Amino acid sequence: MASSEGLTSQDYIQHHLTNLTYGQFPDGTWGIAQSPEEIAAMGFYAINLDTMIWSVGLGFVFLGLFIAAARSATAGVPGTLQNLCEITVDFVETNISQVFGSRPNALIGPLSLTILVWVFLMNLMDLIPVDFIPHAAALAGVPYFKIVATTDPNATLGMSVGVFFLVLYYNFKIKGPLKFGAGLVTHPIPHWSMYWFNFILEIVDMLAKPLSHGLRLFGNLYAGEMIFILIALLPFYAQWALSLPWAIFHILIIGLQAFVFMILTIVYLTQAHETGEH
Amino acid sequence: MNINLTMLGQLIAFVMFVMFCMRYVWPPLTEVMRNRQKTISEGLENAAKAEQQLQQANESASNELEAAKREAGELIAQARSRANQIIDEAKEQAKEEAQRIIDGAQDDIDQEISRAREALRERVGELAIEGAEKILATSVDRSAHEAMLSKLSQAL
Repeated sequence: MASSEGLTSQDYIQHHLTNLTYGQFPDGTWGIAQSPEEIAAMGFYAINLDTMIWSVGLGFVFLGLFIAAARSATAGVPGTLQNLCEITVDFVETNISQVFGSRPNALIGPLSLTILVWVFLMNLMDLIPVDFIPHAAALAGVPYFKIVATTDPNATLGMSVGVFFLVLYYNFKIKGPLKFGAGLVTHPIPHWSMYWFNFILEIVDMLAKPLSHGLRLFGNLYAGEMIFILIALLPFYAQWALSLPWAIFHILIIGLQAFVFMILTIVYLTQAHETGEH
Repeated sequence: MNINLTMLGQLIAFVMFVMFCMRYVWPPLTEVMRNRQKTISEGLENAAKAEQQLQQANESASNELEAAKREAGELIAQARSRANQIIDEAKEQAKEEAQRIIDGAQDDIDQEISRAREALRERVGELAIEGAEKILATSVDRSAHEAMLSKLSQAL
């Protein structure tokens, strides 16, 4: 496909890894960037339309499915959709009870469920052949169109930062500002002369969490997407030989990464709740 | 791969989805699941109870049956012994009746005998005289032998 359009492989890959970005051009007008250079010039005040469209759209798919199931939910014999949703909810609850325990918290359940299903749906888009939707979008005059929102670090970091805020909130709420502050300086070396060192360590540790949390998901999906793109560079008759095994393997990855993102969220929130001794 | 406002947009979308999930998805689904768990556990409990009741009912039914059988056996035995008793009584009665009839007959016979004897006694003198007359071919004086004849009839 790359050669048929007169593009180099590098251009093809570049095209597939570029988001549809809306922002302000250097000349002051607003619009959709037509090249990576223009996107770079837009800086921070720009928005990736494709990421937003797909993530919000899939978020509504998630909500639609689960609200439909919850609306018609019955304690009697459940239907197929209700079964599916209940299996998911039960899976999330099991994981929470194993890691978080049985502390009363109305937020962690819905939070984990949202993360699991939403991230899974966004990852799932990775299994759609890499050229289908971007090519259709190109025919419609849209320059770039990435369909896997989780291959955009903005999406994954947006979520991990959200979790980070929650961790801070619970640290303050459960431990209180004083104990939380004390915890920052007295670990891991409980001696007053090393408090400054402890503080640096704890801050780095704390900031590393949302970063690694978001980038882990991004990295896995980005790499997977990249391999699909590389496979798509092969002649069309040979692609299936590699893309099929990779897609099958990727089914595991997309579920696993959604699960890992959820589990890490639960673990971080559990740490924020732990007032105990250590 | 640039970090831009998308991150903020994603964060806002994330918060909203979590809030929607918290409001409309999680509570009803978990509640339904709890209710079903409760229903199922109650059902199982009831089933166990029903099984126990069934067992008790079976036990009591077999007990009743046993008792009824025993009672029936007793009744039969009683009836049998009663029948035997009745038969024995009847036999006894029949024997007594027979004895009474026999006794009556014997009395009649005895009376008949004594009456015949009486009659014979009254007529023995005549007969003896008649016999003696025949033997002796002579007339015997009645009055002369009266005393001897009455002695004879006394002996008879």
